[in-house]
Amino acid sequence: MGWIALKMLVGDRAKFLGIVMGLTFAALLITQQGSIFCGLMLRTCGQVNDITGADLWVMDPTVRYIDDVKPMLESNLYRVRGVEGVLWAVPLYKGQARVKISPEVATGRRAAVIEQVILLGLDDSTLIGAPPPYRVLAGNLRDLRLPDAVFVDSERLAKLYPNEDWTQIKKEGKTFYRRFLRRQLEMNDHRAVIVGVCEATRTFQTNPVVYTTYTRAKNYAPQERKILSFVLAGTQPGISPKVIADRIRSQTGLGAHTASDFAWMTINYYARYTGIPINFGITCFLGFLVGTAIAGQTFYNFTIENIKQFGALKAMGVTNVRIVGMILLQAMVVGLLGYGIGVGLAALFGWATQGGELAYFTPWQLLPITAGSIVLICVLSSLLSVQRVIRLEPAIVFR
Amino acid sequence: MMVAEEHRAPAAVARPLDEAGVRVAVRIRGLGKHFGTGEQRVQALQGVDWDVFTGQLTMIVGPSGCGKTTLLSVIAGILDGDEGEVSIFGEPLDRMSDRARTRFRTTNIGFVFQQYNLLPALTAAENAAIPLVIAGWRRDQAVRRATEVLASIGMGKKLASLPSQLSGGQMQRVAIARALVHEPRLLVCDEPTAALDHETGQTVMQLLRDAAVRPDRAVIVVTHDNRVFPFGERIAHMDDGRIVRLEEQATSRPNFSDFSPLM
Ligand SMILES: Nc1ncnc2c1ncn2[C@@H]1O[C@H](COP(=O)(O)OP(=O)(O)O)[C@@H](O)[C@H]1O
Ligand SMILES: [Mg+2]
Repeated sequence: MGWIALKMLVGDRAKFLGIVMGLTFAALLITQQGSIFCGLMLRTCGQVNDITGADLWVMDPTVRYIDDVKPMLESNLYRVRGVEGVLWAVPLYKGQARVKISPEVATGRRAAVIEQVILLGLDDSTLIGAPPPYRVLAGNLRDLRLPDAVFVDSERLAKLYPNEDWTQIKKEGKTFYRRFLRRQLEMNDHRAVIVGVCEATRTFQTNPVVYTTYTRAKNYAPQERKILSFVLAGTQPGISPKVIADRIRSQTGLGAHTASDFAWMTINYYARYTGIPINFGITCFLGFLVGTAIAGQTFYNFTIENIKQFGALKAMGVTNVRIVGMILLQAMVVGLLGYGIGVGLAALFGWATQGGELAYFTPWQLLPITAGSIVLICVLSSLLSVQRVIRLEPAIVFR
Repeated sequence: MMVAEEHRAPAAVARPLDEAGVRVAVRIRGLGKHFGTGEQRVQALQGVDWDVFTGQLTMIVGPSGCGKTTLLSVIAGILDGDEGEVSIFGEPLDRMSDRARTRFRTTNIGFVFQQYNLLPALTAAENAAIPLVIAGWRRDQAVRRATEVLASIGMGKKLASLPSQLSGGQMQRVAIARALVHEPRLLVCDEPTAALDHETGQTVMQLLRDAAVRPDRAVIVVTHDNRVFPFGERIAHMDDGRIVRLEEQATSRPNFSDFSPLM
């Protein structure tokens, strides 16, 4: 009977396409909106992920997320180093700075460029937290120790140098960024020299990221009694970093988290306090509703239009169980098609917007979620048809 | 109509029903059926007693609304009567479970509907194969068998046509092939010619006579079209939910002795 069900389904091309399109729409919207949401959320913790090499992040106990910097006394660095199981601990500065590029440098522009940047100060001797070599596009990390040296983030460089000929990137590739080396800028009224360009994950705030050493960052930053933003720590192998984080917490009273825990804290904070998930949730839910409405309505119409044929089949001896099986098979086929096309289109969309402004990330978990939603739509849609056909009296065939 | 003497219908009457149980296809006793309640109540059948025999074409005729379709539906096992007994080939339909009755229909009953009820997405051969598929045949075998049946009734050239590409008469032929493909012992047809013009209706009735009537099969045709009455050996006249008159007549039935089965 399966092939009969499938021929019936495909036979009415307009309805068949209508159902598949409804499901495709839902799958596309759920996957695509979900991916944009995940991409955005990933950006919020981009800096946590960018700063690699440390097992633990130590911070003021009231810090809730990466941008929630609450400076500590520098003595806390030594307290962390004193905790058993901590192999090493280095300071990390994170703060805002104002970059000014004078008109002569910002070629062809009369006004100076002034931009807020995120300033990261890495431990002077180890440079722990620096971008890995493959993310360095121009210059050498060692040069960070030169006087006034800074690394700037390639993604947001256009904000600092809007009049550069950015179309050249396509032609020149990585070498394009060499032209920025040795350019000067003012960082909170202090001199700074670009010695390198590196990739940095786009942050939620969209500000460019500037790397320098911890000591220099202290010079750039406004004078304050407390200046230590975070302590990055390495732990003894063989002991779970979480155990040592517990130790740090109980012995120093500071907050201590693994990088992935801190990333999740950041995501959760943004998810809870920005309303972004609600917004995306509503869009996904609308996709679900519209998909259900289109697919369910068309599927039901399809059943109703074939009701006499179903009646004839029942008269000829098809049991209810088999009729339900036929309907479920039809629902499964359109469900698979809608899911496949929808997720495919969403992937295509993600691929097309790659490298652009749009945050787009599809975690694998999103696929079963989409699949579950499509299954739910199919079940809801076919339920109406199923109950209609089950209650159908075969005697209607003679009417 | 020219008929060989030994095939005259009265010969059937000469045999007492109870003795020759094999010839009785359908036995109905005291069958009643109503629809609706209160003001809306309609007594569609009231105390029908009747026997239908194999080897002949039986007609149920009468004015519209007299209960013909209702009676046929109960006989076909797709509608329950309120009271009375109905047995088909000795099997008590009224006492069967739903599942048993559905299974019984699958193997024993062929249906022909006024509106053909072919599946629009299936070809003629596939439509005719449906009862075999329901009975569990493989698709290719079922379609092959259906193809033979269609060819035997002159539809060999339309095997791959969709219903939308067929005329009314051709669709009804496909429906007849579908009703016969699984060799049921009982064929029920509700107004098979009502949607056809006179000439096509005659052809379809002739086809039903030639292809469907067999010694071991009963064929029941409901109609209110008196132009097709001559095709039936036995005619049950209904009125107001009752069979009011039984008529037997000679027809140009096929000679079973040299009947080469189509099936
Ligand atoms: N499903 C039903 N619900 C209500 N009344 C019905 C139903 N089926 C048939 N009837 C009524 O029962 C009577 C007999 O109907 P039917 O058997 O269809 O007559 P016929 O086939 O002789 O025209 C009619 O009065 C009809 O209105
Ligand atoms: Mg009728």
